[in-house]
Amino acid sequence: MSNAPVACGACQTGGICGGKGMATFKEGVWANNPISIQVLGICSALAVTSKLENSLVMGVALIFVCVGSNLFISLLRKSIPRKIRMIAEVAIIATFVILFDQILKAFYWPMSLQLGPYVGLIITNCIVMGRAEAFALQNPPLVSVVDGLANGLGYAAVLGAIGAFRELLGSGSIFGVTMLSETWYVKNQLMILAPGAFIVLGFLIALFNALNAKKDSNDAKPAGGH
Amino acid sequence: MPPEITSPDISSLVILIAAIFTSNILLANFLGMCSFLACSKQINTSLGLGVAVIFVMTATTAINYGVYYGLLVPMGLEFLGFIIFIAIIAAFVQFVEMFVERFSQGLYHALGIFLPLITVNCAILGAALFMIIRKYDFMQSLLFGFGAGVGWALAILLIAGLRKKMGYSIVPQAFQGVSIVMIITGIMAMAFMGFAGMVRIQ
Repeated sequence: MSNAPVACGACQTGGICGGKGMATFKEGVWANNPISIQVLGICSALAVTSKLENSLVMGVALIFVCVGSNLFISLLRKSIPRKIRMIAEVAIIATFVILFDQILKAFYWPMSLQLGPYVGLIITNCIVMGRAEAFALQNPPLVSVVDGLANGLGYAAVLGAIGAFRELLGSGSIFGVTMLSETWYVKNQLMILAPGAFIVLGFLIALFNALNAKKDSNDAKPAGGH
Repeated sequence: MPPEITSPDISSLVILIAAIFTSNILLANFLGMCSFLACSKQINTSLGLGVAVIFVMTATTAINYGVYYGLLVPMGLEFLGFIIFIAIIAAFVQFVEMFVERFSQGLYHALGIFLPLITVNCAILGAALFMIIRKYDFMQSLLFGFGAGVGWALAILLIAGLRKKMGYSIVPQAFQGVSIVMIITGIMAMAFMGFAGMVRIQ
């Protein structure tokens, strides 16, 4: 514990999150980012990112569902029989998705129309299910919430990046505000269509691969001693 | 009381064609990407998965249509749609698995391992949600489910073939794996969407 990196006080003392809070957080947001490293949940990462605003709403939706379902699955982890854990997880996740969908429909109807089926499809989003299965079932509630939050944030950050890039190149704007004037910039329609989404994400994953390969070779040099 | 919905005035056959080609559920709506990336390395595997998806998608779209408009809408419980759909899909897949195991060992070994994967394939749930959002009637829903399944199978088969061929090419290291598959999928999506203006799906 003496030379551990400076983290939140509660985690340092091994208190509420058992000393794992910060490590869990970093893991989810960067080192093991759900989209760019694990390549999970990319359906929505491709589908809703033609505009930055849509991407961020989707990110919030995933954070909400991931935190909520992780908390409840973790609380119930001792009472869920192993055999039916999948269906129990799906039921809990679906409950949170329905909640978010109803909130969106009540207060933000135009966005609900634009996102279409993709809010409902969070139920089958591999990230939420994966975190429930891999983390919340084995860990106490608070650290599970941190894990859900971190993975949700990691997802939202990548979605935001793709959304900003596609909206800027495809419509010449950010949040609907014109950035690239039409007098000198010809909008690249491809970026807001489906093929653009595939290609942008393909390049983004390649970028992450290249960065990680570089980091690995830097890490390996002092340790390997060749 | 019968549901009061105004279905779009499009022939079911047009919807079938559109669901396979111009509005392909994978290439235009990005659904079913997880199993698409994981199972498209071998042509045989992707064929098996494709056939299973066609079957399950057609059947569950029809069942979900019946349950939604026959049960949920009259009782004013539309918000439960998500949870009911996913339960029906999971139960149906389980049932088919048991049925196939009992009656056809050969088919079970060919398809069996793919069936559990299908429950979490978002294309299946997606087809049910599109059916509700686009207000299809029964015939349109059935052909949309079938067409979407065929479209998905077609896309995964084509990519499996391309990935096989790509084994002979030198791909830059950073692009290997998922990255290059995404990019060729993007190029394929352009070809599929080339005729997008000709048919209407909603």
